[in-house]
Amino acid sequence: MQLVSSAKALLLKEFVDAFFLSFRYLLKPKATLNYPHEKNPQSPRYRGEHALRRYPNGEERCIACKLCEAICPAQAITIEAAPRGNDGTRRTTRYDIDMTKCIYCGFCQEACPVDAIVEGPNSEFAVETREELFFDKQRLLDNGAIWEREIARNLAADAPYR
Amino acid sequence: MDLLISLLLIVVKSLALLVIGLVLVAYYILLDRKVWAAVQLRRGPNVVGPWGVLQSFADMFKFLFKEPIIPDGANKGVFLIAPFLTATLALAAWAVIPVNDGWAVANLNVGILYIFAISSLGVYGVIMGGWASNSKYPFLAALRSAAQMVSYEVSIGFVIITVLLCAGSLNLSDIVRAQDTRWGFLGWYWLPLFPMFVIFFISALAETNRPPFDLVEAESELVAGFMVEYSASQYLLFMLGEYVAIVTMCSLMTLLFFGGWLPPLKFAPFTLVPGVIWFVLKVTWFFFLFAMVKAFVPRYRYDQLMRLGWKVFLPLSLAAVVVVAGVLEFLGKVAQ
Repeated sequence: MQLVSSAKALLLKEFVDAFFLSFRYLLKPKATLNYPHEKNPQSPRYRGEHALRRYPNGEERCIACKLCEAICPAQAITIEAAPRGNDGTRRTTRYDIDMTKCIYCGFCQEACPVDAIVEGPNSEFAVETREELFFDKQRLLDNGAIWEREIARNLAADAPYR
Repeated sequence: MDLLISLLLIVVKSLALLVIGLVLVAYYILLDRKVWAAVQLRRGPNVVGPWGVLQSFADMFKFLFKEPIIPDGANKGVFLIAPFLTATLALAAWAVIPVNDGWAVANLNVGILYIFAISSLGVYGVIMGGWASNSKYPFLAALRSAAQMVSYEVSIGFVIITVLLCAGSLNLSDIVRAQDTRWGFLGWYWLPLFPMFVIFFISALAETNRPPFDLVEAESELVAGFMVEYSASQYLLFMLGEYVAIVTMCSLMTLLFFGGWLPPLKFAPFTLVPGVIWFVLKVTWFFFLFAMVKAFVPRYRYDQLMRLGWKVFLPLSLAAVVVVAGVLEFLGKVAQ
């Protein structure tokens, strides 16, 4: 037995085997995606950048119930509310999300009774300064305007499982 | 006047070899990274230029424009000389390498000894860099490197002696010409001296601090070894010196065992290709092997490295010298 093993060691059997194995790997198709050009498929449940949605008639959905603020485990959401001037309905005067605190748990989206605050499919919102990550109401509503089609599609796709 | 012209000729030859050689080394670095990535199912650098062909040059410019940082406690002079020494010595070895019949900058009659001496001096760059950094990891790396290079140079020396016994010359061109038989690639020394060829390949890995013998810069133990404190162009010179030394070892293997510029078969389509092409192809093949070994062999432990060097390779190569000399004497083919 020892003769066989020492002969194998002397003839570098393991190394030659390893060479051919890694040569097969060398020729295999690569696992890497060319990221900005190719992307992985994304689940409808993906929890990315936040957005505040509007009804199709342009009325904002949020009714300032503050359930999202209450459930937020990172306490990243700050809401102030007041009756709106023109019709006296309860609306937010301030809706801030500190994206540096947010842990993307999706609880705000689950707590919301009117599907107003949602986490959209966008994950590419890197910025250069910390201040740019303190999202205010306008920014969130703008996100809603930009991503509404994808968000609506994702919500519809996920609805049967909710 | 004649002296001036011949001097100018040497300068032009050296510059041509240097420029072409360094561009080639830039692509060998890319090849190294590409092969390593491909074995791990990655793509490797592919953004700078098509397929990443300009990556090495982009890296070079990055290194050149970065600020060199000299540690406070470092011995400034030695710290700065060390990378220059490594790069210069590595490049100096190319002077005697014949890339084609008669295409050597200096056709020394003791070319192989010159390369051996120069590559032995290479360890000084590492030791100086490690010592002058005035830091723990670089110093440990320098100690390891000294021990490792000394151990493997012994067996490399004996392997070279077996080739010299067969060729009967210390001139690299003559060693290649001695392999020029009518059997083509079967007449090259890799076949009759096959065990020596394997020992030389493995020792060359150890000599150039390549994985699996890269204990000098073992990331998991010594961060980056003797290069920890280096940055910018100093680091560039160290890295360049390392890769140039690898290419030198590859070309030495080509010259000693793979027939240098000789075509593998001695008939029409092969003999029409210029010798330089064959030489570069063979060197590239050996570099590919170096890159593959990096990809699939795990790093040796320090005691395993020393055991392999002193208790396996040294007796094997010593015995080979005796056997080769005996066989040559028995066959009456001892070169005069």
